[in-house]
Amino acid sequence: MSDRMKVLTNGILKENPTFVLVLGMCPTLATTTSAINGMSMGLATMFVLICSNVVISLLKNLIPDKVRIPAFIVVIATFVTMVQLLMQAYLPAIYDVLGLFIPLIVVNCIVLGRAEAFAAKNSVGLSALDGIGMGLGFTLALTLLGAVRELLGTGACFGFHLFPDNYGALVFVLAPGAFIALAYLMVIINKIQKK
Amino acid sequence: MVYFLIFISAIFVNNIVLSQFLGICPFLGVSKKIDTAMGMSAAVIFVLTLSTVVTYLLQMLLVAWGLEFLQTILFILIIAALVQMIEIILKKISPSLYQALGVFLPLITTNCCILGVAILVANGTEKLPMGAEHGMLTGTLFAFATALGFGLALILFAGIREQLALAKVPEAMKGTPIALLTAGLLAMAFMGFSGVV
Amino acid sequence: MEKLQSSFKNMALSLTIIAMVAAAALAGVYMLTLENINAQKKAKQEAAKLAVLNGQEGFAVETAVDGFGGQFRVMVGFDTEGNILGYEILEHQETPGLGSHMTHWFKNADKPGQNIIGRKAGALQVSKDGGDVDAITAATITSRAFLKAVNQAYADQFGVEAHTGASQLNKAEVDSVEVIEEENSAEQNNRALEGKEVIIEEETEVSHE
Repeated sequence: MSDRMKVLTNGILKENPTFVLVLGMCPTLATTTSAINGMSMGLATMFVLICSNVVISLLKNLIPDKVRIPAFIVVIATFVTMVQLLMQAYLPAIYDVLGLFIPLIVVNCIVLGRAEAFAAKNSVGLSALDGIGMGLGFTLALTLLGAVRELLGTGACFGFHLFPDNYGALVFVLAPGAFIALAYLMVIINKIQKK
Repeated sequence: MVYFLIFISAIFVNNIVLSQFLGICPFLGVSKKIDTAMGMSAAVIFVLTLSTVVTYLLQMLLVAWGLEFLQTILFILIIAALVQMIEIILKKISPSLYQALGVFLPLITTNCCILGVAILVANGTEKLPMGAEHGMLTGTLFAFATALGFGLALILFAGIREQLALAKVPEAMKGTPIALLTAGLLAMAFMGFSGVV
Repeated sequence: MEKLQSSFKNMALSLTIIAMVAAAALAGVYMLTLENINAQKKAKQEAAKLAVLNGQEGFAVETAVDGFGGQFRVMVGFDTEGNILGYEILEHQETPGLGSHMTHWFKNADKPGQNIIGRKAGALQVSKDGGDVDAITAATITSRAFLKAVNQAYADQFGVEAHTGASQLNKAEVDSVEVIEEENSAEQNNRALEGKEVIIEEETEVSHE
């Protein structure tokens, strides 16, 4: 596998931000009440991740070491606010659902973590690939968790009812179900990796 | 009475960690020992209350100048600066308190319950019990009560995890999965409070 | 290119430039999206208005009440007589799968017990409070708040005081308790027991939410 492929797939499998690194748990648990919601959150985070990775790797030599964290935060917060404004303007329905968790992408450890660990040391191209990989890994994890919770909780998947209307263990849509569903998904992934 | 209800609501009914999903990272990260959980809780109570007051005042300026779109970027910078300042001041005036809280302070900037509560209160969208008006006083009380709720959840969770460390857990469940499962059960217990306020 | 040293001048300069560029970029995006954001808000309002009036003449009234998960906003459409034409929930944070059912529960034409479309507003109450509207299963508080919003909307438009206004709801509850106590002293024990059972049942129902 070429180096580029490795950087790209790293975030999806080997260092999946949700299942392996266990980062960014707040949006993971809070916004995955349905597959669509989880996916939207993942994509919004991915956008910020790619943009901030690219800009930070471009600026890495212009930012003195001692002020790099505040500088990174400013860059990240700028892109987060852009996402916030763009979503309000063009995807208001999704913005209403995700609400508070859009501005909170700023404090998502994945974004700052990748800026510090990867973008500050690597070229623009690789940083972009890393952002795409990590973003995809996060999006896939959130979509999977959202789909599982939606299916168990309401009997639907991506809004399509697979089971009769009243089927479903509601607890999976509520707070405790988020923890429990994620716990069992991690167990399954651990089992598969061991084999 | 309403002020009392704010506390009940924010600590038990709408617990920030277990029903609002804010501050999960420190909840999972620093909950292996009760001692560290207590230190983290104290630091969060301190910073959350203070930062909410400061950001509430800042929001008034932003609204007056029509710059609401700078909210996210300014709030996170203010919180980061505030945490630094508290660290420096604590070091000077109370070395013993600094010893106890110092290690937790840098971690707090990226604790999303700080920024989350600041944004909720500044926008007047925090969950208050019936009859309470959104404002500076209720917002501050809400922030303080929320932080207490964070502390309660964290310390309870740490207590359970200390016991859990001694238990036999299936290989695939060790670490994060069993912690999440425990948190799920704890969240279920807290759901019993719903409807109280 | 060489990495900049952490001298005071460099640090201040680089932070200031980054902050200024960031602020300028944000201001730009804000200007670009402002028109669209306002248009979206207006479109949402218009769409809700159209939906609640159901193509008929009348009034669309907006109210906000405290529900189970915080404040929610409802728009209710009335014909000129004060009969409900339709309603839309504009914004809410009720529990998904429970309270959130209010978006369609009260306009289900197949279930006359819970349907409020076509009825006269002003004194609607859930059956538990002595009214005749079936509450959402396991979401009494939300249902109560919703009907309060509808009654409030009616009162706002037609100038009649709502029977269950914000502070009056609490008073109404207190009143009913007092009534039971009076019965307790005046009537025989049987009736008092019945009254108590009703209260207990209500409390357990509420805690399910």
